[in-house]
Amino acid sequence: MGDFTMPSLGADMESGKVTHWLVKPGDEVKRGDIVAVVQTEKSEIEVEIFENGTIDELVVPEGGRVPVGAVLAHITTHAPVKAPGARVSPPVPARETGPREGGRPSRQGREEPTVKPTSVHGALVESPLVRHLAERLGVDLGSLSGSGLGGCVTRADVERAASRSTKREARRERGGRPSSSPFARRLADELGVELARISGTGPAGSVIERDVRRAALAAQPEEHEVKVATAEDRQRAMQRAIGALMARSKREVPHYYLSATIDLSVAASWLEQSNLDRPVSDRLVMATLLFSATARAVKRVPEMNGFYVEGTFTPSEAVHLGVAISQRSGGLIAPAIHDADQLGLAELMARVKDLVIRARSGVLRSSEMSDSTITVTNLGDRGVESVFGVIYPPQVALVGFGRVREQPWAEGGVVSVRPCVVATLSGDHRVSDGMRGGRFLSEIERLLQEPEKL
Amino acid sequence: MSLITYREAMRQAIRDALIRDERVFVMGEDVGHYGGCYAVTLGLLEEFGSERIRDTPLSESTFVGAGIGAALGGMRPIVEVMTVNFSLLALDQIMNNAATLLYMSGGQLNVPLVIRMATGAGRQVAAQHSHSLEGWFAHIPGLRILAPATVEDARGMLWPALNDPDPVLIFEHAMLYNVEGELTDEPAPVDISTAAVRREGSDVTIIAYGGTVRTALGAADQLAGDGIAAEVIDLRCLRPLDTATIVSSVARTHRAVVVDEGWRSGSLSAEVSARITEEVFYDLDAPVARVCSAEVPMPYAKHLEDEAIPQVADVVAAVHQMRS
Amino acid sequence: MTDAGSTPTSGVVTRPADDEHVVHLLREMLRIRRFEERCVELYSRTAIRGFLHLGIGEEACAVGVMEALTPDDAVVATYREHGHALARGLSMRATMAELEGKIEGCSRGRGGSMHLFDASTRFYGGNAIVAGGLPLAVGLALADHLRGRRRVTACFFGDGAVAEGEFHESMNLASLWRLPVLFCCENNLYAMGTALKLTESETDLSLKASSYRIPAWEVDGMDVLAVEEAARQAAEAVRGGGGPHFLEMRTYRFRAHSMYDPDRYREKPEVEGWKERDPIPALVARLSDSGVLAEGDLDRMESEIASEVDDAVAFADAGTFEPLEDLERFVTSETTSGSVVP
Repeated sequence: MGDFTMPSLGADMESGKVTHWLVKPGDEVKRGDIVAVVQTEKSEIEVEIFENGTIDELVVPEGGRVPVGAVLAHITTHAPVKAPGARVSPPVPARETGPREGGRPSRQGREEPTVKPTSVHGALVESPLVRHLAERLGVDLGSLSGSGLGGCVTRADVERAASRSTKREARRERGGRPSSSPFARRLADELGVELARISGTGPAGSVIERDVRRAALAAQPEEHEVKVATAEDRQRAMQRAIGALMARSKREVPHYYLSATIDLSVAASWLEQSNLDRPVSDRLVMATLLFSATARAVKRVPEMNGFYVEGTFTPSEAVHLGVAISQRSGGLIAPAIHDADQLGLAELMARVKDLVIRARSGVLRSSEMSDSTITVTNLGDRGVESVFGVIYPPQVALVGFGRVREQPWAEGGVVSVRPCVVATLSGDHRVSDGMRGGRFLSEIERLLQEPEKL
Repeated sequence: MSLITYREAMRQAIRDALIRDERVFVMGEDVGHYGGCYAVTLGLLEEFGSERIRDTPLSESTFVGAGIGAALGGMRPIVEVMTVNFSLLALDQIMNNAATLLYMSGGQLNVPLVIRMATGAGRQVAAQHSHSLEGWFAHIPGLRILAPATVEDARGMLWPALNDPDPVLIFEHAMLYNVEGELTDEPAPVDISTAAVRREGSDVTIIAYGGTVRTALGAADQLAGDGIAAEVIDLRCLRPLDTATIVSSVARTHRAVVVDEGWRSGSLSAEVSARITEEVFYDLDAPVARVCSAEVPMPYAKHLEDEAIPQVADVVAAVHQMRS
Repeated sequence: MTDAGSTPTSGVVTRPADDEHVVHLLREMLRIRRFEERCVELYSRTAIRGFLHLGIGEEACAVGVMEALTPDDAVVATYREHGHALARGLSMRATMAELEGKIEGCSRGRGGSMHLFDASTRFYGGNAIVAGGLPLAVGLALADHLRGRRRVTACFFGDGAVAEGEFHESMNLASLWRLPVLFCCENNLYAMGTALKLTESETDLSLKASSYRIPAWEVDGMDVLAVEEAARQAAEAVRGGGGPHFLEMRTYRFRAHSMYDPDRYREKPEVEGWKERDPIPALVARLSDSGVLAEGDLDRMESEIASEVDDAVAFADAGTFEPLEDLERFVTSETTSGSVVP
């Protein structure tokens, strides 16, 4: 028993209509006989049979339209029918990505695969291929109207429906966002600058590179709590930003360096006396005196306190002392103590302690990060003698203190042992010079000789 | 070192090839008795004879196809199509045979053919004689497309092109023939696959090829006066494109301008722009700008032609605009 | 045979060829016929896809001309070239596998029916652009001329190609440079679906050849012995440096232009009339009448050919598809190109 199927009569033929049968059940046919007339989109064509045999049943009636490959009639063959040979159906889609054995390409054929009907007499339903595809893409077949023969759903219908829904999703996600260049966005991330707060000077007000660089240098006046998901993230972001800033500072700021060794004997004995009246938890440390002296010294030498931005130095009325704090993960940040020159020693110390705790847990206010007008770094407890640091732009000075240690002191021809500390200044040579810098360090020294006034 | 013209450099290259390889011969319109439309082959007929320097009838399709056939038959033809404007008559042979035979035959048939064509506008020769279609040819897989913009490349690209087992098209901008440049007395071989940085800079990358390289360099000079350091890249090979050189430059400068004498729409500059977006989008501080010919058939009147073709001022303006 | 410039005459005196040779010619034509018939079936079953142009009825042209060529000669053909490929020496297996798109095909499955190529037999396709192969043939002949090789390039094309500019350019150039091209025109009176008389102001193709000073031969394309004789003489002249020759073989396609052609443009009586001049039964009759072909010889030959075809189909069916990752191979050569060459 064999099948006579609808032949392909052209490269783009998808289906044909049987207009006439030239044989009926019971007729003998031989190879080469014309058995039917088929109508395609272009014309009517006489169709021949390739087997010898007897017609058993005409499956598709005259007028019936079926796809290429559909069974048209059943025949009983006489001569042993050699394997029809090349029944290589069009390549089938497969899940695997590699080529398979046995010669079937594993990718879907480029042309629309022929839709095989599940019923033969005219009524067409979607093929297993289409059903499988719809399931995979999450498309509800029932909701689709088909563009195929007789309204059946084709592969193209399914794919179109799937892409429509993904486009809708994408549109929903894309909310309002300030326009900025890709590089600006990347740079903002690196420098730890918040993109949304930058006003852009690029086309149509978009934020571009120079806007980000400007924002990274300039002060940001508003204050708000910045709590982030994890302290680690915040620290890392800050570190990155500071690192970039340090590199730039070294590149752009012409540093000069001065140091002075300060006799702390007066301050030390005053401290000891003063602490006798304080509870243990409130006992002052030498660092507090050093910070206070620094903050007040600035009033005498204002060239040490302010911002240098785009060629101009703006001195600051207020003294917001940046205090360099090391982080557990490594790296340094320098948040500000506002109006440090106005604070009493106890208050100053409390503020520093609080800052250290919050800095290490990642909860700092943005104003603390951006408002420092001068920064001090105290590496005394690290055992360092003196520190010549890198100025944090747009500030113009950095004061460093090493450890307090006893050392021989010659004065008035007499040698004694006194507690001393090396104070250093890194100055921006565009704003001050050695004369002014020296004046500043002397002022710090002078203040430390009158600790009761701090 | 000596100062020679681009034309002379190309003539030397052809002569050198004819001497070194007896399979090489030249075929095209007016290459022999006339001396070459642009005088590139002047004197070669007298030196090498009419078997190797062949004047053809005005039959672009057939003599290009014959070049393909001769290459199939073991020769190394240099086919000269007078200008890219006439190559349209041979487009079928170039696309359907030269570019395709190797692939269609499953790797059996190589076509080691070189086709040279003059290209470009600027001499008031109007709409049918002023095309820049390098981008069209650069669209076709199977072809290598070269655009020598310097004397060194005019001298050096032909020999490796002849030794390429696959078809190579060399586009010579007509305005370059008279341009002089320095050439060493022992010209070194050049490669035919990479772009070249003709000028280094850090603020913007200007990408050009063929005739527009000089425009790009002129713009870079002017921009330097404005404090903008432009990097100029000469593409040299239009297919395959040296994407690596392009994107590594743009990654550093964050801005790119492509200068292309073709019409903007669907041009080679569109391809370059797309590749930059694909590879270094996150390094861009501005969209890739393109300076191309106005989308008009080339007019005859000088002021109109000058307006239609990319000029130094156009490139400078494009750079300023992207930074403003 | 016409001399350049003189009016053409038709008819060629055929030399009595030896019997074995004539039987060989029959076999060659029959191989092509049965191969083509099998292609119809395979196409209907979608084993062969795309376009399929069959040469049923025109077998005598390919077979006759190939007899005049040596293995060193070159052949350029059209998209209706299965017969030419088989007659030139491509195996049925490689050809059938190509039609089925398998990697074992002569073009690795890259070409299909219209792009059969075989470098070893100097078979340069398989060209799908009408008249697109003529310039290639001119170039191949040019290479032989420049290298002093005494080879012929046989270039097959149909009457439709005569309308294309390339035909005129190529004839002119070949004649001008006296190149060894044998232009073989299979005039089947129709260019796809349009009759020659509707497209040519001058339908006498030999006249066109002589306008280029090319000697032209008009031959009965349904008589393989006549074709062979003309081809031999013409090829000899070409090989001897006489410049190109033009062979017009008057023949007919029994089937439509391609598989999907309803053949509306030809009258049934005309088709039937030509079928009566089918070159194969004609030769069979001639051989039977003269006693060369005895009882059972033809059946035996048919049976052998049927086996060869079956074997080719089985070979093709069992073939493999080129791996997808090789899609971009052979766009350019696999040796490094573009590198610096000293």
